[in-house]
Amino acid sequence: MSDPSPSPRPMRDFARQFQSMIALVVLVAAMSLLSDTFFTAENARNILLQISINVCLAVGMTLVILTGGIDLSVGSILALASAVAAGLLKDGIPIESANLLLDFTVWGACAAGIAVGVALGWFNGFMVTRFRIPAFVATLAMLGIARGLTNLWTRGHPITALGEGFGAIGRGVFLGLPMPVWIAVGVVAVFVVVTKRMRFGRHLYAVGGNERASLLSGLRVNRIKLAVYTLAGALSAVAGLILASRLDAAQPNAGFTYELNAIAAVVIGGTSLSGGRGSVMGTVLGCLIIGVLNNGLVLLEVSAHWQQVVKGLVILAAVAVDQVQTKRA
Amino acid sequence: MVATQTPTVELVARGIGKSFPGVRALDDVDLTIVGGELHAILGENGAGKSTLMNILSGVFPPDTGTIEINGEPVTLGNPREAKARGIAMIHQELNLIPGLSIAENLFLGREFRTRLGFVDYARMRSESRQLLERLDLHHLDPDTPVEKLRVGQQQMIEIAKALSFDSKVIIMDEPTSAISDTEVDALFKQVDALKARGVAIVYITHKMDEVWRAAEKITVLRDGKRVASGRLADFGRDEAVRLMVGRNLDLSGMRKEEGAAHGDAFLAVDGISLPHPSRPDRWLVKDVSFSLRRGEILGIFGLMGAGRTELLECLFGLHAKKVSGTVTLENRELRLRAPSDAIAAGIGLAPEDRKAEGIVLGMAVRENTSMAVLDRMSRLGFIRRGAEAEEASRFVDRLRIKTPSLAQAVRNLSGGNQQKVVLAKWLATEPAVLMLDEPTRGIDINAKREIYDLLAELAAEGLGVLVVSSELPEILAISDRIVVLREGRKSAEFDREGANEENLLRAALPGNLDSDHE
Repeated sequence: MSDPSPSPRPMRDFARQFQSMIALVVLVAAMSLLSDTFFTAENARNILLQISINVCLAVGMTLVILTGGIDLSVGSILALASAVAAGLLKDGIPIESANLLLDFTVWGACAAGIAVGVALGWFNGFMVTRFRIPAFVATLAMLGIARGLTNLWTRGHPITALGEGFGAIGRGVFLGLPMPVWIAVGVVAVFVVVTKRMRFGRHLYAVGGNERASLLSGLRVNRIKLAVYTLAGALSAVAGLILASRLDAAQPNAGFTYELNAIAAVVIGGTSLSGGRGSVMGTVLGCLIIGVLNNGLVLLEVSAHWQQVVKGLVILAAVAVDQVQTKRA
Repeated sequence: MVATQTPTVELVARGIGKSFPGVRALDDVDLTIVGGELHAILGENGAGKSTLMNILSGVFPPDTGTIEINGEPVTLGNPREAKARGIAMIHQELNLIPGLSIAENLFLGREFRTRLGFVDYARMRSESRQLLERLDLHHLDPDTPVEKLRVGQQQMIEIAKALSFDSKVIIMDEPTSAISDTEVDALFKQVDALKARGVAIVYITHKMDEVWRAAEKITVLRDGKRVASGRLADFGRDEAVRLMVGRNLDLSGMRKEEGAAHGDAFLAVDGISLPHPSRPDRWLVKDVSFSLRRGEILGIFGLMGAGRTELLECLFGLHAKKVSGTVTLENRELRLRAPSDAIAAGIGLAPEDRKAEGIVLGMAVRENTSMAVLDRMSRLGFIRRGAEAEEASRFVDRLRIKTPSLAQAVRNLSGGNQQKVVLAKWLATEPAVLMLDEPTRGIDINAKREIYDLLAELAAEGLGVLVVSSELPEILAISDRIVVLREGRKSAEFDREGANEENLLRAALPGNLDSDHE
């Protein structure tokens, strides 16, 4: 009994990831055959760069969905966080009474942007736990609130020309890979460890798997939920900084509908929307599948409209496969 | 739907048998129901009453036996067929849709339609009004949403619905469990009117007063068998109670050895009360006090709805803001605001609904076992997997949990082994007091035996154990002392020598039996 033999749950996760992996390999092979520009180091770098923002959002989304929740506000929080960081970097805060201008360094502006993400994410969690508002509704409201605040803050205009230092976040290169890719890798590494090895990660699965049993086992369910929405907000802000830096501009409509791409990646990666089942690595595979699909279809000069259709079909296929297997299990 | 005299009906069930995996729920039961009479079905929890009623109302078919209505053999394959044959059942949990109006509820699924296919509200309203008038409910407007009605009124709507099917047999399952005394009076007036119209009423209840007030005949079930049936006048109350007890569960040799209880009370529960959430004049738990010694197994017996589960929940830090009373453990008064407080104080709870509240089905045996002690099992937020596996493996060995590995999802274990995982989770917290709510529900006899042995063993090690059970033989077999709850209040307390099935059941039955011996 003390022999920790290979086990059904990790096996199931592994089997699910293995399927996603096969799907990805098949996809890559097909694209390589169809296009001579696809299977190159340059294009691989491109794909990784393109998905890095979605990876940050989707990892946060995975945490929320593992507890049985959902976060529709990540795209709007991304926009507000990037606008606040860009605005402070550019204009600082004038303190009129002292006739002073509070200047922000790149680090200070980024910290302020992330603080915005933390605050709005925490507010989502507060609404969900304190007032028992369904996550769908609470974060749908935040989707509107944060987007509106972004438009107010920017007065509807992009904030541009953010300088070299800030530009390094999105356009810098380190060891041959763009900085956003390193950031995404770092985020993934941290949260793979958190979900697989740490107490907090175990609690996410427990709360999503059976909230009542978790509560009766002494878990502080509300604190755990508060934490995941806060983390999702923070990761949205990180994604916002990457986006603003890459474009050298904070756009008021940045991140529009990004929440849907993040949810798509989580679902394709095999995480159950009812909570308690799934993994961060699965989500990364989901992001890669979407990224390869988008990139390949562009190279094959398939119209953007067809790309949307294909992405929708892939989501249906992934979930249908899951459902059939769950039923059989 | 004019109020005509319904011709007298006679329903005869013969040799009804039904088995579920591991349980013989009904065994060769005969029942005859005649129009114009109220036939009360009596029996302890688990005697087979609900199974029999579900068969009569077409919820599931019997394994053996026949049912005849007015001499004609019938099969009742589903509730719809039963309704078509004039049999309607009013379940304990009402099956009304709160947001819909009275009229919409009455004709749900068979709405009248106009020639154009729209719902014919005018006709539904007028038909509803007629039905309500038959029940003297003139004051109710058919357009009122059902959620605005009191529970007793909702019960009457269910009865109106049963009438609208032109029912000849109406089965009522504990209809008065949630309604006030005046509503009970109104209900019985309608019952009399129905009887006068030739309708047969089958009435399931624990309340002896109601039986003696309205029944013509009674049938007593025990262990799925009919032990008595006949005219009410031929039975005394004491006799009826005696017939209900004496269940033949094979617990021979399971009776716990003389208690190892020692020392003074270390847990004192004083004046615990919990108000009813929606009825300010009622209490789920009212002024319950008891104490527990180390090494003692205290049984808590009560019928459905007596407040057993709620009492344990109060002691575990649930309903924190509504509970009054004090809990003192080792001379320290506890502040129980959440389960985590209770756990920190050394109290564990194995809840009644194992799958919904006790375990996370999708998680492994190892993960479920460590759930309440992860703080101890981790360093700097990282789970010490070695220590976790070691602890889980220790409990798998000790409790003889049958599982292929520690990583097996508990979903794939049997009910008995799932229950052992719940116990492992609590034993890992090294509790001072372990509370178990119906610890052997739905598990097989061997696993039951193991759990009884384990409880005795834990008590011998000095743990205080509280066991809630609605099974008389079980509670008698394992308890050193027994507290009986009746309608939220403590109605009696017995020591080992003084307790027997009859006096426990008498103390648990609502309607004061002691005051009117016959």
